[in-house]
Amino acid sequence: MYAIEVERLTKIYGKGETAVTAISDATFQVRPGELVAILGPSGSGKTTLLTAIGLINEPTHGKVVIDGAAVADEGWLPGLDLKRLRREKLGFIFQAHNLIPFLTALENVMIALEINRLTRREATERATELLASLNLGHRLHSYPTALSGGESQRVAIARALANRPKVILADEPTAALDTENGRNVMALLKKLAVENHSAILVVTHDRRMVEGFDRIFRVSDGRIVGEDGNGISRDFT
Amino acid sequence: MNLALRDIRYHRGRFILTSIGLGLLLGVVMSMGGIYRGLFADALAVLNFTRADIWVVQQDTNGPFAENSRIPEETKYRISAVPGVAEASPLSFQTIQIERMGKPFRFYLIGHDLNGFGGPPLIIAGRNIRQKHYEMVVAKAMRMEIGEKIHLGLHDYTVVGITGKVVSASGDPAAYVSLADAQEIQFKKDNDAIRNDRVRIGANLAGIPSLSPAQAKFLRQNIAGITESTHTVNTVVARLAPGADLKEVQERISRWNHFRPISSEEQTKILTKGMIEKARKQLGLFRIILLVISAVIISLIIYTTTLDKIRTIATLKLIGSQNRVIVGMILQQSLLMGVIAYGIGYLLISLTYEKFPRRIVLEPSDLQALFVIVIAICTISSFVGIRKALKVEPAEALGG
Repeated sequence: MYAIEVERLTKIYGKGETAVTAISDATFQVRPGELVAILGPSGSGKTTLLTAIGLINEPTHGKVVIDGAAVADEGWLPGLDLKRLRREKLGFIFQAHNLIPFLTALENVMIALEINRLTRREATERATELLASLNLGHRLHSYPTALSGGESQRVAIARALANRPKVILADEPTAALDTENGRNVMALLKKLAVENHSAILVVTHDRRMVEGFDRIFRVSDGRIVGEDGNGISRDFT
Repeated sequence: MNLALRDIRYHRGRFILTSIGLGLLLGVVMSMGGIYRGLFADALAVLNFTRADIWVVQQDTNGPFAENSRIPEETKYRISAVPGVAEASPLSFQTIQIERMGKPFRFYLIGHDLNGFGGPPLIIAGRNIRQKHYEMVVAKAMRMEIGEKIHLGLHDYTVVGITGKVVSASGDPAAYVSLADAQEIQFKKDNDAIRNDRVRIGANLAGIPSLSPAQAKFLRQNIAGITESTHTVNTVVARLAPGADLKEVQERISRWNHFRPISSEEQTKILTKGMIEKARKQLGLFRIILLVISAVIISLIIYTTTLDKIRTIATLKLIGSQNRVIVGMILQQSLLMGVIAYGIGYLLISLTYEKFPRRIVLEPSDLQALFVIVIAICTISSFVGIRKALKVEPAEALGG
């Protein structure tokens, strides 16, 4: 079973003459434990693709299946609890880490667990464990303003992993980091994909950051124009 | 995890300053309510302390507080003789402003019959007036010492006692002297003025051709005596005998010419509905305006703090947070701010209300009502922020 299945996914903004096709006929699958990149320049539609898979932005056409559960088929499927699905099946990592400024590192991870109805005690234990595993054991009670860029992004990764999601979606996770920290974060994601058996889908414009990824989908003008991986590079026409 | 408290903990400086600002505003609202109640208490102070059943004043006037009233002092004997009247006592009132220690010194002078009633209600220091002349009892608010002298009219008066919070309807502290002294202060002219009056009257009489010189001299001596009389009072107050019928006594006095008997209840109405009505309405309006300002300020604060949290709210939504978590965060902060600001306002007014120049009366019922209003304002104001928060899309968490 795939962690992510996307078939002929299309997103069109607006109607009639003003309609803009942000993503067109995207089809791909990601397996559990696989680290996949969507690589493309700014405005190519990669974030739109991510938001559609992340249950944020309703696709206009096409199918989306997350962890075996169909969520979209020509629009959201009726009766879906998108919030619950996002909470239980997905983890998000953002470009600007998006830590809640008034919560400590520990609380930033705990909030994701408490939203998913874990008790305070369970949340504290799991969040502490997660942060310690990401070498942030000494930063548990630090506020985001006291953390470095790399540390903040690791806290954000811990928050994304907190509910042990099957799919982690990362939107330009290294954009706010220097090259070294960016490489470290990517290495960490690769490690986590393997260890947690989670599918990790990263959108980025920076080719340097996707070294070692299992597969890379190249996006241009709203279309997937090519795929690199497993030693093979192919272009779609 | 309580996000509202966590946010307040992190932004405690901003929150405390905002709450203090709002607290000061609510303190002003509370003081307005206190002044409003104080106006009533002040207006009715002399009326209540006198404990009279009937106030006999000049006909066709609403005296002695709302309008000027002058009646002869000896009216007290006629009123005392009315069936049902237990005792009657003449009173004189005048507002005096003099210079004391280089500053204007304003007070309300009450002259009373030392053998009657209507004198100082309570002596908290010193003693009551014992001599018919040149002694006075002053309200504590005048801040005078026992033994201190004050020059009024033609003479010096010595403070012999201090009484409590007796003030005029306009809030001036009261001082008590004997009726004779009060009349002298109010009506007695200095020697030059008396001499001038006598010369003028004499000249006028001498100019009347129909009068002989002997008649003119006789008239001059007697008319001068009448014009120099100070035996005038502003009111004669009466207490009824047990079982006496107020209406009947009023009716009897009404039959006489030149007098109007006003019951204590009617006097209360004259004071509250007439004299302080405008001030009351003004204060009421001012309170409403301040509450509206408070509501606008709370709304703005909640709205701007919500705007500050747009990305946080979007992130919370993106990671699957329920709307009630976000609504709870905004509502709790708004309510907490209101409660703390109310507490600050209450503390402020409790510590300072006795230092206000005018009386502030803090009624528990007023304070409770204001608390309910503040809670309602905070709840309604938070809707502005909640509305904004609910419109935030999870997608706003994405991007740089």
